[in-house]
Amino acid sequence: MERGREGRGGEEDRHLQTCFTACEAIPLQYCLSGHPTLPCNVLKFKSTTIMLDCGLDMTSTLNFLPLPLVQSPRLSNLPGWSLKDGSAFLDKELKECSGHVFVDSVPEFCLPETELIDLSTVDVILISNYHCMMALPYITEHTGFTGTVYATEPTVQIGRLLMEELVNFIERVPKAQSASLWKNKDIQRLLPSPLKDAVEVSTWRRCYSMQEVNSALSKIQLVGYSQKIELFGAVQVTPLSSGYALGSSNWIIQSHYEKVSYVSGSSLLTTHPQPMDQASLKNSDVLLLTGLTQIPTANPDGMVGEFCSNLALTVRNGGNVLVPCYPSGVIYDLLECLYQYIDSAGLSNIPFYFISPVANSSLEFSQIFAEWLCHNKQSKVYLPEPPFPHAELIQTNKLKHYPSIHGDFSNDFKQPCVVFTGHPSLRFGDVVHFMELWGKSSLNTVIFTEPDFSYLEALAPYQPLAMKCIYCPIDTRLNFIQVSKLLKEVQPLHVVCPEQYTQPPPTQSHRMDLMVDCQPPAMSYRRAEVLALPFKRRYEKIEIMPELADSLVPMEIKPGISLATVSAVLHTKDNKHILQPPPRPVQPTSGKKRKQRATDDIPDCKVLKPLLSGSIPVEQFVQTLEKHGFSDIKVEDTAKGHIVLLQEAETLIQIEEDSTHIICDNDEMLRVRLRDLVLKFLQKF
Amino acid sequence: MAPTVRSAWIQGLHSLAQHPGALGFLADLGAVDRLLTLQGDPSLFVVTAAGQLLVHVLGLALHNCGPPCGPPLDPQWPLLASSLLAQLEEALQPASTPQLLQALGVLTNAFTSCPAPWAPALWGRLRPAMTCLLEGQPLQAPHALGDLLLAVARSPEVVVDLGPWEMLALVLGRLEPSQGGQLALGVLQLPECPQALRAQAFGVLLQPLTCVLSTSTDAPGLQELPPSAVGGSASLDLLLASRSACVGLLCCALARLALLPPLPWRPSPWPQAFLLGAVVAVLRSCNGHVPISAAGGRLCAALVGCERVQRAALDLLGALAQDAGPPELVLEVCGVLLEHVDSPDSSPTVLKKAFQASLTWLPHADKKPHPCGLQVPAQLFLPELLQVLRKRLCSPSWEVRDSGLEFLTQAASLWAGQADFRQMLQASEVPPLARQLLRDPESYVRASAVIAVGQLSSGGLWAHPGDQQGSPLEGLLDMLDTDPDAFPRRAILQVLTAWLRDTHGPLAAHPEPLLARAFQAAGRDPDWEVRARGLELAREFLVQTLGRIGVPCPYVPTPLLDTPPADTQALHPACRTRLFEFVFPALFDYDRPVARAACELLLLLRAQTTTCATPPQAGDTPDPATVEAALHCWRTGEAGRPLGELVPQAVLAVLQALDLDDLRGTLADGSDHAEKSPLSLLQDMLAAAGAQGHNQVDCY
Repeated sequence: MERGREGRGGEEDRHLQTCFTACEAIPLQYCLSGHPTLPCNVLKFKSTTIMLDCGLDMTSTLNFLPLPLVQSPRLSNLPGWSLKDGSAFLDKELKECSGHVFVDSVPEFCLPETELIDLSTVDVILISNYHCMMALPYITEHTGFTGTVYATEPTVQIGRLLMEELVNFIERVPKAQSASLWKNKDIQRLLPSPLKDAVEVSTWRRCYSMQEVNSALSKIQLVGYSQKIELFGAVQVTPLSSGYALGSSNWIIQSHYEKVSYVSGSSLLTTHPQPMDQASLKNSDVLLLTGLTQIPTANPDGMVGEFCSNLALTVRNGGNVLVPCYPSGVIYDLLECLYQYIDSAGLSNIPFYFISPVANSSLEFSQIFAEWLCHNKQSKVYLPEPPFPHAELIQTNKLKHYPSIHGDFSNDFKQPCVVFTGHPSLRFGDVVHFMELWGKSSLNTVIFTEPDFSYLEALAPYQPLAMKCIYCPIDTRLNFIQVSKLLKEVQPLHVVCPEQYTQPPPTQSHRMDLMVDCQPPAMSYRRAEVLALPFKRRYEKIEIMPELADSLVPMEIKPGISLATVSAVLHTKDNKHILQPPPRPVQPTSGKKRKQRATDDIPDCKVLKPLLSGSIPVEQFVQTLEKHGFSDIKVEDTAKGHIVLLQEAETLIQIEEDSTHIICDNDEMLRVRLRDLVLKFLQKF
Repeated sequence: MAPTVRSAWIQGLHSLAQHPGALGFLADLGAVDRLLTLQGDPSLFVVTAAGQLLVHVLGLALHNCGPPCGPPLDPQWPLLASSLLAQLEEALQPASTPQLLQALGVLTNAFTSCPAPWAPALWGRLRPAMTCLLEGQPLQAPHALGDLLLAVARSPEVVVDLGPWEMLALVLGRLEPSQGGQLALGVLQLPECPQALRAQAFGVLLQPLTCVLSTSTDAPGLQELPPSAVGGSASLDLLLASRSACVGLLCCALARLALLPPLPWRPSPWPQAFLLGAVVAVLRSCNGHVPISAAGGRLCAALVGCERVQRAALDLLGALAQDAGPPELVLEVCGVLLEHVDSPDSSPTVLKKAFQASLTWLPHADKKPHPCGLQVPAQLFLPELLQVLRKRLCSPSWEVRDSGLEFLTQAASLWAGQADFRQMLQASEVPPLARQLLRDPESYVRASAVIAVGQLSSGGLWAHPGDQQGSPLEGLLDMLDTDPDAFPRRAILQVLTAWLRDTHGPLAAHPEPLLARAFQAAGRDPDWEVRARGLELAREFLVQTLGRIGVPCPYVPTPLLDTPPADTQALHPACRTRLFEFVFPALFDYDRPVARAACELLLLLRAQTTTCATPPQAGDTPDPATVEAALHCWRTGEAGRPLGELVPQAVLAVLQALDLDDLRGTLADGSDHAEKSPLSLLQDMLAAAGAQGHNQVDCY
C-alpha cells in the first residue's frame, strides 16, 4: 500500500463547492501476446496497472534441433545448410534434416511484448493457471517489476514444477554454441519456411535459470478462491475456480461501479479440478475471454477413447507406446482412465513409466491439494483414500516413475511398455531419447495428447519415421458451443477476445460455428495492440462521515425522493473518497491576517442560498400578476420558454427551463416584488 | 368424484355393453349422453375410456341391426346409432375446437371398428359435415382431420369414387411442410391411392432433404423428384430458422422416409440417387464437412455433432440399402459410413447405427457379382471396416465394444461362407480380440463376446495360423460355472444350443461329457433364464438322440416313428449326460416359465416313449414308493437321490408316475387366477356385505 500513497494520487483535499467530477479515463488493455491460449495482457483500470497472465510461447522451439540426452550420431552428423548462391556461412547455425532446416542451438522462447508498455509500472500480475505463468521470470527479473504476483497455491507449486522441468531439460544438455547470425533480418528473409516467417526472432530468449525461477516465485502472494484482494483501494480482484486445472482461476476485477471478468483457460467438463464458478461472472461490463480449446473439433471423451484403443492395440502387438506430455494436468486424467481400462484390455502386465525430473513431486502434489479438487475426489480424502487412483498404480508397481532415463530406470526397463515423458515439443527432455530409440520400428506408436504443438512440426526432425503416430489432442478447455452457452448465462455487456476467436479457423473457413458468436459482436485484439475497453467510468463512490450525515435535512421534492444540500470537505486518499464536515469557521478574534486565512480555507461557506426547484406555469403566473395589480400583460413563446412583458411597467420576465430573469429599469422594489411572486411557484431546500 | 372413479365407472359400463341387449338399457339410462359429456372431462384417461366406449356402442348398435337397409348411402340407421352420430356431427363445427377434436377422434376409431357394410354409409353421412369443416378458415384440427380421412381411406368398403382423396389432398396442401409429414406418411402407407396424391405426399416428405441438397454444389438425382418436393428459398429459410426446428424437421423426415423402402407400393420412380445424396450430405454436415455455400455453413452449424439427426440418417441409409445406386454414390456411402464408424466423436448409439448400416450396405454395395465372392466395393470397404473394428474392440467404452462384437457376430453369420471374408477376417486381429473380451469386466460385453465367439467357431473362423488357443468350448464351460453375471451364462447356453443344432459345429463330436457339465451348471444356476435356456439345450439334445420329437413340421412325416429305437436304449445318451437330474427338478421350479418348459419337454418325451419304447420289464422298474420319494425330493428341493443315478427305466417310471397333463393345466394358470376366480369374487362380495356400514368400499 506504500506504493498507493506515493504513486497514485497521495492525499488531496478539495472543497465540495469546487465540484467533484468523476474521472472519465477509459480503461485500456495492452495486448502483449498473440497466442490466444498463452495470454499476456495488461489492463490499466482506475489508475491501477494489472498484468493478466504471462504465458510463454514455446512453439518457437520447433525451429530448433532436438537436444539428445545420449549422443546421437544422426543428429550430430547433419549437413549444414547453405544459401542458394552456395554461401555456407550459416552452416554452423543451421542444419538440414529430412528436407527441413533447423537452428542448431539452445532452444529459445518467444517472450511477450516488452516494448508496448513500461513493465516496471505494472502493479500486480494475476495468474490464471500454471501454463500461463511460464514467462514470469522474464517479467519479474528483467523489467524492473516491483509489484506483487497473485496466484493460487497449486498454480504456484505445479508452475514451479513445470519451470523446474524446463530448466532441467535444457541445462542438462549444455550446448556450446548459440546461434544468432540467422536472426539478422536481412539473412532471415533468405531462409526457407518456417524460419523465414518466424516473428520477432530478435526478442527470442534462452531459458531462464533456476535462480531466476526462485526469485520470480518469491514475489507471488498466495490466494484462495473467492478471496477479495484490494488493490490500492481502487480495485478489488477475486480469483474464481475455472475448472481447467488444479488451482486454475478466472479473475474478477471490479470497482464499485464497474466489473471486468477475465476468463482464461476454463472447463465445464467433469475432470479432477473444482468445477467452474460461472455465477460470479454475471453482470460484467466487460468479459475478457482467452484460453479456449485449441482443438474445437475434437471431443476430449472421444480422444481419450482413441488414446486407450491405440495404446492397447500397440502393446498387444508387442510394440511400445510413447506419450509426450507435461508432468501435470491431463496426465492425471489419462492415468485414471488407464487405471480403469488396463484390466479390461488385458494390459495388467504392461509397465507404465512416467519419466520427468519432477515426476515424483507431481504425482504427490496432486494427492495433497484436496480442497482444489472436484467434489468426488474431495470426499475420498475423508475416507481416507488418495483422491487419484495413480497412487494404487504406483503401489501395485504398474506405474513407475523416474527422474530421468539414467539410473534406476535403465535397470527396470522392460518392453513392451508405455512411457509418459516430456517435452511435448519433442525438442528436449527424455522424449528425444525414446524418439531416437523407437522411431525405427513400426510396432511402436507415439501418441500426441498435448494440443500446444503441431505434431507434424514436432516430428519433422525425426523423419523418416517408421513408428506409428497418433494424434489424440485432449483439450478440456471451453469450446465455442460452451462459450455460447456461458455468454448467454452470464450476459456481459461487452466481450473482448483474441482475433483468432472472431473468425473460423483458416483451415475450416466455412465452420461458422467455430467462432465466438455474441451480441454485440466481440471486440478483438492482436499482439502489440492497445485496446480501449468499451465502457466509461461515470461514478465514484463517496462515503459521508456520520456527523455530517446527521446534519443533513432532506426535503421531499417528489414522493420517495428527498434532497439535501451539503457543504463538506472531500477527502481523497488511496482512491477512497470521504465527505467530512467542514471545519468550523474560526471566530474573528483579532488581527486581519487570521480572518483572511479562514475565509480562504472555506470560501463562500457562509452565504449559502437555498436551491430552487420546480417549474412556473405561465397562465397561473399571469393570473397572479394580475391579482397583484399588474395589467397590460403580454406573453410571448420563445424557443426556450416564455417572455412575460409588463408593458406598463416596462419590464420583461424571461422564463426558461432552468432560469428566470427579471429585466427592469433600475426599479429594485419592482424586481424584488416580481422575484417574490416567481418564488411562490418554486420549492426551496 | 375422482377421475379414477369416473374411469372405473366407464370400465364397468364397457364390461356391461358386451351384449346387444345392454344397448337399450344404456340408452334408457342416458348413459350415451353422459359419455358424450365425459368427452370434455379434464382427465385424459376418462376422455379416452369414454371415447372407446362410444366407439364400441356405435359398433355394437350397427352390428346388432344387421346390414344396412334402404339406399346404400342413406340407409335406415338404428335409433341409438343415429342419435349418437347426430351429436357427433353437431360437434363437427369449425367453432367448437375441443369438442371437434374429440368427435374426430371417436369417428376415426369408429371407422376401424364399425361393421364393414356400414362404412360407406357412415362416410356418406359424414361427408357434408367434413366438407363444411374443410372450408373453414383457418383449418381446424388438421392432424385429427387427417387421421380421420386416413381411417376412411383404409376402409376398403368405402366406394372408390366416394373416397376421401380430394379431401386428403386439400388438407395436405393446406398444412405447412413442417406439419404435414405424418399425414403424408399415412397417405404413402395406403396400398391404394391415386398417383397424384401419392406424389404430393412424397413431395412433402422429401422437401426438407431437397433443401439440404440445394445447399450443396453437387445435387444428384434432383430430376427424379416430384415437383412438390422442390421447395423454394422460403422452405430453406424455414428449415434453417433455428437449430431445434431444423433438427426436429430433419429427424422426422428421415425417420418417415426410412419406413418407405420396404413397402411394395412405395413411390415409383423411387429417387434412390437423390436420397442417397441427401443422406450423405446430412451425415457429412453432422460431421462438420459442409458444401461451400452460405446456407451450407448455416446448415452445418445447426447439424454439427447432432446425434439425433445422425441416428435417423443412418437408419434411412440402412433402409436404402435394399436398392443399389450409382457406383460413385455407393462409394460415397461407404466412405461416410466408415467416417462414422471411425470417428472418435461418434457416440456409442451413433456407432451402433453406423455398424448396422454398414452391415446392410456391404452385400448390396454392388449388384454385379464378382468371381472372388464379395463384390468390389466390399473388397475395398471391408478391410478398412475390420481395421476400425479392431480399434473399436479396444475402446474404453463398453457400449462401443459391445456394438463392435454385435457387428462381428452378424458379419460372421452372413459371410462365413465367403472365402474373401474369411481371409480378411482371419488376417485381421479381430477374432483373438473378440476372444479376449470373454474376460471383459462388463457383463454385457462378455455376453456379446460369447455370442461372437460362438458364431466364429460355428463358421470355422478360428483357423488363424497364429491362433494357438484352440477351441473356446472349454473356456465357455468354465465361464458357465464361474461367471458372476447372468447375461454371459445365458449367452453360453444359447451358443451351446446353436452348436448342437449345427452338425459340423464344435459340439459335433463327443458332446456328452460337455453337455453333462452344462446341464449340471444350468440346474444349479440362480437365474431362471439360464435354467430355461438349459432346458432348450436339453430339448435339442433329446431331439437329436430320440429323433425329431414334437417338431410340428408338416413336411417331415414322423421320422422318428420310421426308425423307432429298439427299447429304452434311446434314453441312455440322455441319462449319461444326467439330463433328467436337471429336467425333473425343473418341473417344480418356483419360476413358472422354467416349470412350464420342463413340463412341455417331458410331455413330448412321454408321448415319444409311450409310442416307441418297449414296455419296461418288471424287474428293472423302481418301486412306486422310491419314485414318490424322489418326486418329493425334487418338489421340496431336498438333497438325496432315492432313485440313484437315473437310468432309462427309472425315467420312464417317473414319467408314468407324474400327472403331467394336470401339471400343465396348473402351470398354464396366470399368477392372478386365484383372485379372478368366481370363488374369490364371491368371497369379496360376502366380505363387502359383512363390512357394510363399517368401511367405505373403494372402487378398486
